[in-house]
Amino acid sequence: MTRAEEEVATQEKKTLGFWIYLMTDCVLFAALFATFAVLRNGTAGGPGGAELFDMPFVLVETIILLTSSFTIGLALLASVRGLKKQTLGWLFVTFGLGVTFLGMELYEFMVLIGEGHGPQQSAFLSSYFTLVATHGIHIAIGLLWMAVVMVRLWRRNFKKTDINRLALLGLFWHFLDIIWIFIFSFVYLIGGMA
Amino acid sequence: MFEDILKAIFGRLTLEDFVHEPIMAGAGLSMVAALVLAMIGLTFFKRWKWLWRNWLTSLDPKKIGVMYLIVSVIMLLRGLADAMLLRAQQVLNTNAELLNSDHFQQIFSAHGSIMIFFVGMGVIFGIFNLIVPQQIGSRDVAFPFLNSVSFWLFAAGMILINMPMVVGEFSTAGWLAYPPLSGLEYSPGVGVDYWIWALQISGIGSMLSGINFFVTIIKMRAPGMSLMKMPIFTWSVLMSVTLIMFAFPILTATLGMLALDRTLDMHFFTSMAGGNPMMYVNLIWAWGHPEVYILVLPAFGIFSEIVATFSKKRIFGYTSMVIALVAITILSFTVWLHHFFTMGGGADVNTFFGIMTMVIAIPTGVKVFNWIFTMYRGRVDFKTPMLWFMGFIATFTVGGLTGVMMSVPALDFQFHNSLFLVAHFHNMIVGGVLFGAFAAFSYWFPKFTGFTLNETLGKFAFWFWIVGFFVAFLPLYILGFMGAVRRLDHYDPSLGWQGLFIVAGIGVAIICVGVFFQLFQIAYSIWKRKENMVSNDPWDARTLEWATTSPPPEYNFAVIPTVTTRDAYWEMKQSNTKQEIPEYKDIWLPKNSGAGIIIGLFAMTFGASVVWHMWWLAAISFVAVVITIIIKLTDDEPDYKLSAAKVAKHELQAKLKLQEKTV
Repeated sequence: MTRAEEEVATQEKKTLGFWIYLMTDCVLFAALFATFAVLRNGTAGGPGGAELFDMPFVLVETIILLTSSFTIGLALLASVRGLKKQTLGWLFVTFGLGVTFLGMELYEFMVLIGEGHGPQQSAFLSSYFTLVATHGIHIAIGLLWMAVVMVRLWRRNFKKTDINRLALLGLFWHFLDIIWIFIFSFVYLIGGMA
Repeated sequence: MFEDILKAIFGRLTLEDFVHEPIMAGAGLSMVAALVLAMIGLTFFKRWKWLWRNWLTSLDPKKIGVMYLIVSVIMLLRGLADAMLLRAQQVLNTNAELLNSDHFQQIFSAHGSIMIFFVGMGVIFGIFNLIVPQQIGSRDVAFPFLNSVSFWLFAAGMILINMPMVVGEFSTAGWLAYPPLSGLEYSPGVGVDYWIWALQISGIGSMLSGINFFVTIIKMRAPGMSLMKMPIFTWSVLMSVTLIMFAFPILTATLGMLALDRTLDMHFFTSMAGGNPMMYVNLIWAWGHPEVYILVLPAFGIFSEIVATFSKKRIFGYTSMVIALVAITILSFTVWLHHFFTMGGGADVNTFFGIMTMVIAIPTGVKVFNWIFTMYRGRVDFKTPMLWFMGFIATFTVGGLTGVMMSVPALDFQFHNSLFLVAHFHNMIVGGVLFGAFAAFSYWFPKFTGFTLNETLGKFAFWFWIVGFFVAFLPLYILGFMGAVRRLDHYDPSLGWQGLFIVAGIGVAIICVGVFFQLFQIAYSIWKRKENMVSNDPWDARTLEWATTSPPPEYNFAVIPTVTTRDAYWEMKQSNTKQEIPEYKDIWLPKNSGAGIIIGLFAMTFGASVVWHMWWLAAISFVAVVITIIIKLTDDEPDYKLSAAKVAKHELQAKLKLQEKTV
């Protein structure tokens, strides 16, 4: 194999490896979802989802995250065409949306804890906070990664490997989007209506 | 005021935590002394730089594999010492205690956790690293740096689990730490936290390693090696790492939730506020049962290679072997509830899991028959690896049969938590995994050193081991029937159990003689290595790892071989094609990286500081890990070139060396 072929092979390995990593993360979330499903009635006399969740607020959060998934796709398209400014711009928009989402989630947590409904109150709240916060931590990691990508792009131009990295970041971001759709449906919609 | 500051700095840590009772203090002190001695030795012989350059920062899987094995052997000795103490306490059964109850509980928790996580996992990853790249005709694993991170996370976990010997105490809640006993209410100390973070950190390392080897096997096989031409060992590794990918995230989640219960006072597994302890037991076994197969499948693979090589025949029923491996992989996720039939899941649930457990015995049985048929009409050469194989067939079959007995839910209510169960899983893990590792060690030792281990001493070691094993564990089956339960530090002498415990204790002593012979065998063989020098392929083996020189060069293959059949190397030897001097090309190899050991170091301080509630140190360590990862991942020059001329020179030297040896 020539050097160039080897580099292509390395990128392929990284992409496969990252897909596998995402699947393992999927299993991790599955364990947390299963725990939530078992413990969601364990409110210990405290409030359940229907009393606690502010549905319009969560809907706005959801729309923001879904939009960010669209904008990171635009960033990737721009990078493949070699448009540096556009890539940076769309990444910046995605970053902003991600930070907003994370801020809203933290605000929601603060309100709940302020009202005395922290994760210590009941098994239901423990599993709720853990599941949603695990997603939030993933978003935070994604934002950190995005920041590194943006600084690199800002300081010098992309190489081919960098485009591959950006594609993997996009994959990660879409994955978190899908997880959020499940959280929105199972935790908020079903839990909030019951 | 002063106390508040101390608390902010040291968390729960006080000076009293360094005080231990005599046995534990002795063990802790000798451990620290050994470490200090090693450091003095390194300084005296000026070997620090050598250690750092050639080993600690190396990304060569062969070196990482050796480091895995070294850690595992040390941990095996620690686990064995624990077992001796436990059995000694049960043999004596006097009121003048050898171990007090609390210490006894700590030791059996440590014995189980260490043997599974730091011996079992350590040896299989060691063997993966050493063998898999060469067996599939590759120069490296898919992600060399990730491999180093995995190892150092494993090492960090190993240090954390041994730390209680010096500071604090270990968990008393058993190797799987069931709540509510492992919850804050009943275990308020640091013991369970040590257990959690040692396993969490090494577990993340295992998961990364699993991803790494999966991609390696899928993407990096030599041209022509289709899936159905892979050696059985590679197949077994592929299935084992598939299990790791699906099982270890569950462990991560479960340990995380237990940690949240304990550190942030949450209520996942408490008996109050709506928590559910049985949820923990379900989750931990949803990881724990596949874990058994993660360990034993590679052992199946090892034995498949050994039995074919030493019978001078190709493996009997290759396709059925592969199907059996895949079937076991899938089925292993459908049997976890048989670990707690007594939960009261009801007749339907217990029946389902009972039947699935019996079903999983079928593919395993297929494999045993295939191994035996491989020997049939073969020209069997009873070298040490083959003896371990025979020992494995005997112990594993006994263990398998008792396993099927316990898969009947109605019977399990009698066996549950008894010594019968303890004897059963030792039959599987010692007879399967450990014998597999010993067989692999004596089989592949010349591959990496160029000389064989002493046969006579190896045979002594084997016979002491196998006799000791049955003397140590058959009495436990009987004691289990008599009602002796596991984790028993005292019993009423009138029960009449002491005789059988003494027999079991003698068995442990015989095993120790076996272990002594193993250590002596290694030392003696290295000392007399000139007498046992061998060529590249001492066993007349069948698979590609023997196509490289022994010991192999850093790049494994100067020219990547092309595979046309199963048992690729055997076919190459048979067709006896005269090799022309091949056309060498430039080879790119990963540069050394210190980032792996740095990440491991900070992961360790993170774990220790969370255990002791030193939040400032935890925060610093976490940030340090993140920064190291960012710096390393944005590095654009991770490899270096070995020019074609250098490769040619190296190959020529190897050829000359071989001629010298065989003359």
